[in-house]
Amino acid sequence: MNVFEAVWDWLTNGDNWKTTLGIIGIPQRLGEHLDYSWPPLLIGILLAIPLGALIGHTGRGGTVVVSLVNVFRALPELGLLVLLVLSMGLLLATEALTIVLVAVALPTLLAGTYAGVRNVDRAVVDAARGMGMREWEILVKVELPNALPLILGSVRAAALQVIATASIAAAVALGGLGRFVVDGFAFREYQQMAGGAVLIAALAIVVELLLSAVQWLLVSPGLRKPRTRSGVR
Amino acid sequence: MIEFQAVTKRYDDGTVAVDNLDLTIADGGITVLVGPSGCGKTTSLRMINRMVEATSGTILLDGQDVHAQRPATLRRGIGYVIQNAGLFPHRTVLDNVATVPMLLGAKKAAARERATELLATVGLPAELAKRYPAQLSGGQQQRVGVARALAADPPVLLMDEPFSAVDPVVRDDLQDELLRLQSELGKTIVFVTHDIDEAIKIGDKVAVMRVGGRLAQYDTPAALLANPVDDFVAAFVGRDRGYRALGFLSAHGVEVAPLATVALGSPVEAARAKLDSGWAAVVDEAGKPLGWVSAAGLSTMEGSVQAADLVSGGSLYVADTGGRTGSLRAALDAALSSPAALGVAVDSAGAVVGSVSAEAVLAALADARKAGEVPS
Repeated sequence: MNVFEAVWDWLTNGDNWKTTLGIIGIPQRLGEHLDYSWPPLLIGILLAIPLGALIGHTGRGGTVVVSLVNVFRALPELGLLVLLVLSMGLLLATEALTIVLVAVALPTLLAGTYAGVRNVDRAVVDAARGMGMREWEILVKVELPNALPLILGSVRAAALQVIATASIAAAVALGGLGRFVVDGFAFREYQQMAGGAVLIAALAIVVELLLSAVQWLLVSPGLRKPRTRSGVR
Repeated sequence: MIEFQAVTKRYDDGTVAVDNLDLTIADGGITVLVGPSGCGKTTSLRMINRMVEATSGTILLDGQDVHAQRPATLRRGIGYVIQNAGLFPHRTVLDNVATVPMLLGAKKAAARERATELLATVGLPAELAKRYPAQLSGGQQQRVGVARALAADPPVLLMDEPFSAVDPVVRDDLQDELLRLQSELGKTIVFVTHDIDEAIKIGDKVAVMRVGGRLAQYDTPAALLANPVDDFVAAFVGRDRGYRALGFLSAHGVEVAPLATVALGSPVEAARAKLDSGWAAVVDEAGKPLGWVSAAGLSTMEGSVQAADLVSGGSLYVADTGGRTGSLRAALDAALSSPAALGVAVDSAGAVVGSVSAEAVLAALADARKAGEVPS
């Protein structure tokens, strides 16, 4: 039996989809994984988008953003998680995980929002100001709608990073889909380990598709790449 | 009325963009600020709606200091058109035009109704309303930009190189359209350009500025061409200013001579009999000129005169029949650009009424000079 068949058998085995006698099945692990992932993503969005928008609008603090993003990207997630759990205690392991995942989401969201707002055509912003829009109106009515493709792109990227990184929860005795990977490794049940990895990847793909659909709905048709160019010059 | 009183703009690094500018811009006309790069024309324009703050001096708008109002309030009462239009990419054409009425608190339906009217005013078809700016041509975008600036019916319109980024043919259309609009609306328009031809074409008055932000000359286009105040203005106004100045003189004194004409489809023999100095103009049933035939051309033709056999004609001179009067420049250009050295004079409906020669134009110019009609 090759590895693909083994993984397939593990994934299609009905017992793995049921929670019985303390052995936790795939649906519950999936639920845990989502429960670990959405709060940090939401916190990240609430922190990074206003901050990035403000910095992008004023143009001040751009270098701070860049260095901050670089610092956060260099963080070793697993090391940070272990350090936080050791200092906060195992009872607060979920909170520690949330902090680490916020740190994962933050740089991507901040960079995307900043770049999105900053890259709005300056002539468009000039026109908005010259027509008598106040600064907050320029930001809310002109810059953010035009930055939306880049902002939502960064939300998608951050969501993928958070979902992938949330697997490290298992390293500090929490659940989630990472459990299968860690346990499979520990018990040398490689079909379980690989199956867990496949599930994490599948979750990431599904979330990506959902967010793409959201992006299609939210972004103005005027900002989509034109498929045909009408109008005679 | 817009008054600049000793207005100076000095940047932090010491460069002076506008130096002690005194300028009075009358209501209801197009005043053009023109000059080379770095002459402070755009800075001057943007100080009116406080997109740039003056370092010293006062700008009065209808007698009131522009600093008496908050910038946003001031700007909502002044139309603003920029190069490349600066349309909002995420909004439809209609909602772009409706922007200022909405900022001023109009209901969405009312603002859109007003926007629909304005699209018609600037000559855009109603079906463009639902499109997005990226789907329009450059010329169409610029028309939307003008409609958007007019939406709240401001008395003053500021236009910052609005037509610089479109090709010459479209630019010409947009200029004509602006002049037509202005004849209906009578706004006070301040227009910035680096193109002296554009300034002379559309300006009621032209302010020529020199590098360092100083006003060199402020005059009507005709006076500017006839009487540049110094070498800088003379050089800026251009080499063939004498010729272009003819554009401001009416050609009512130019003699319109009879012109040999041949109807399209006439037999070659009949056409040959009509030639005058070897040439005849070919006209359609309505008498509109189609081109020329020459003795040399007719010698190789057989049967009747066909459209494909014609030598194409030059520019047309609209003679003073029916209200519109051509300029000396139009008459002279018609004569110079014609293959027969005779300009075709047409009436306001476009039918041939006769010919003008370069000699006749120069004779009329000499008469006008004697009569003191030429500014000097």
